[in-house]
Amino acid sequence: MSTLKEWIFTTDHKKVGLLYLIGSLAAFAVAGMSALMMRAELTSMGPTITDNPGDYNTWLYFHGAAMILGFQIPALTGFLANYLVPLQIGAKDVAFPRINALSVWLFYMGIILALLTFVVPDPPDVMWTGYPPYSTITFGNTALYTFTVLLLGFASILGGVNFLTTIAFMRAPGLGWNKLNMFTWCTFAAFILQLIFVPVLGTAVTLISLDKYLGTHFFDPSTGGDVLIYQNLFWFYSHPAVYVILLPFIGIVFDIIATFARNRIFNYKAAVYGGIGGIVLLAGEVWVHHLYVTGMPDWIRVGQMVTTLLISIPVGLLFISLVGTLYKGSISFETPMLYALAVVFLMLIGGLTGIPLAIVSLTLHVSDTYYIPGHFHYVMAVAGTFAIFGGIYYLFPKFSGRMYNEFLGKLGFWITFVGVNVIFFPMMIVGVVVGMPRRYWDYSQFPAAEPYHHWMTAGAGMIAIGFTIVLANWIYGLVAGPKAPGNPWGSRSLEWTTTSPPLDHGNWEEVPKIEEGWGPYEYGTGKA
Amino acid sequence: MGGNRLYRALSTALLATASGLVRAAEEELSEFVPYEKIVPREIEDPAAGFDHLWYEVMVDITIIGVVFALLALYFLYRYRRRSEDEEGSQKPLSRLNIIGWALIPAFVFMADDFFLSANGWQLYDLYRRVPENSLEVKLESAMWTWDYTYPNGVKTYNELRVPAGQPVVLRMTSRDTIHSHFIPDFRIKEDSMPGRVTYLWFYPKEPGEHVVSCAEYCGQLHSRMYGKVIVMPREEFDAWYQAEADKQNIKLTKLGD
Repeated sequence: MSTLKEWIFTTDHKKVGLLYLIGSLAAFAVAGMSALMMRAELTSMGPTITDNPGDYNTWLYFHGAAMILGFQIPALTGFLANYLVPLQIGAKDVAFPRINALSVWLFYMGIILALLTFVVPDPPDVMWTGYPPYSTITFGNTALYTFTVLLLGFASILGGVNFLTTIAFMRAPGLGWNKLNMFTWCTFAAFILQLIFVPVLGTAVTLISLDKYLGTHFFDPSTGGDVLIYQNLFWFYSHPAVYVILLPFIGIVFDIIATFARNRIFNYKAAVYGGIGGIVLLAGEVWVHHLYVTGMPDWIRVGQMVTTLLISIPVGLLFISLVGTLYKGSISFETPMLYALAVVFLMLIGGLTGIPLAIVSLTLHVSDTYYIPGHFHYVMAVAGTFAIFGGIYYLFPKFSGRMYNEFLGKLGFWITFVGVNVIFFPMMIVGVVVGMPRRYWDYSQFPAAEPYHHWMTAGAGMIAIGFTIVLANWIYGLVAGPKAPGNPWGSRSLEWTTTSPPLDHGNWEEVPKIEEGWGPYEYGTGKA
Repeated sequence: MGGNRLYRALSTALLATASGLVRAAEEELSEFVPYEKIVPREIEDPAAGFDHLWYEVMVDITIIGVVFALLALYFLYRYRRRSEDEEGSQKPLSRLNIIGWALIPAFVFMADDFFLSANGWQLYDLYRRVPENSLEVKLESAMWTWDYTYPNGVKTYNELRVPAGQPVVLRMTSRDTIHSHFIPDFRIKEDSMPGRVTYLWFYPKEPGEHVVSCAEYCGQLHSRMYGKVIVMPREEFDAWYQAEADKQNIKLTKLGD
């Protein structure tokens, strides 16, 4: 009992981080099950497991909202940031431990609110995007959507204040900006984006509930409102939100690849200032590519086609650094590294298939088809999830003091990896070739799509098996795994200089000393 | 020395890009004519343009993807760990290398971006410039139906009959929420929404039937909101159009009696 109390009221960044992990994995599990239900429904044309499209719409709503807001963002900027950032900068804790505890509480309340979707009689059916006028005229519970977003958003804002302060002011003496881990840099950038853009999302979702429940007319053209304002506000946040997910996951992938290649980051400065910095600068100027088919003025559609394409420059620099880090490395292939390399592969496909989506004339056909979910699952959903799983495996010995099973780890990885390609590649093809639109409960008007759907459902089954093995492996590792050595991967990074798990408060006996020539990626210098 | 050469190469590339942009903009402006007042010319089909550009982009991204993937695979094989305590041996980059490895790829990507933008813009122009002799049909969408109104007042539901060989432009709005009129075979969609009039045009050349389906989530029966575009030979269409007009007008006069 006392330990439960200790966990609930903890202000220790590591415990807060693990709480984020547990909550976000719960959201992942339920959202994953909704995905399986959807895939089962779509196996064949016509009603398959439910003849109520409302059921399908609810699963789809929950899958999207919970995976993005309840799983990926909290797992990356909650769990990984909380656990890793103070350790990577040699700090005893975050700057505001109590605010940190408050944000994890808000996160849990948000998760509980989201899960109420399956309890209330009129579940939200507005998709994770919540576009009005539909969201203001539906019988579904739009308020639940609004308040879930507000709670999770507020948790993020508090996290942003906390981590920007922590990284700016609590680095160990001698740890300059150019010696920061890539993950810490990426977290810093992600929270800058969160702080700027989350309030915009909060405004947007608040206004739809005002419209629906209090009779205002922000989005009702018959009384002077405008339906497109919401979409502009929403994507003004939600495109940067893609980078809030992308940056931390690419950061952890950098750290994993550098560790398992025992190599310095290729062109670190270009990756940090050109890559990460470029993304932060461009993030807010590309949102109109989500509105290419809404009748936005032509000049802004063409203008943002150019800005959207320019995103390829910072992302390209990050890619060159990722692949370049392998050059002259000493590469080993444990489970975390397999996940990290898979992320590079998935991002390569996902990123490149995003290029046609930047081109306004091509989206006139592919927008809102299955090509879109195929593309963003590659570049964000699956790549992000693989990075999170790789991160969990990477930190497993750190936070548990034990090792997982390497064979099960690799088995789970390969099954999942094949599965995601079996589901999401056909998804892109069916979108372009057949023109199958997304968010469909039935596709009787597109009989040519059915064979593709068989493949996709098979892929979903593989993913389910793969993730079950992964979960079983983690439970086995936590309960019965062999004791882990202090630094099992031979990393130079600061988080591995303390005990595993680190001391409860303070992380180190005394603040780590940063020597002149030290850096988190200074391999090959002969000094261990 | 090397620095100077690099500097000269980069500034030449920058100047070339900039002057190219200026020239492109001048051309664009010199031929600027308000969209709907284009001099009649041979009608180009945006759907064919789509297929062409799509193919071009696929080739472009496949090349980039294969280069990166092969390089990564080669590194993974070539630099696999041979002994337990082996470490990577990459040296820190010199300042020139840091800048070169940032600016040169940046310029290469930027060149590709501008190339794609130019092609995308050209095709987009085609998509948005409605040919003069188009058949103009009004569309009002609603949960969950497409209601079409022809110039002579004929109304149809979920069925758009058009003559082969004449471009069709839809002026669209919506009664309730946002819908999106998507005709995959003509590679075109555009949202319809309350309070705004949007448009799209397409060019049906051969007689045939095409699916039109809603592409913007609009609630319970979103996936059942579909209809047909029926392209008919000219004479058949004219006959149908006249007969339909008579039929619907007769009903109206009877109501007025």
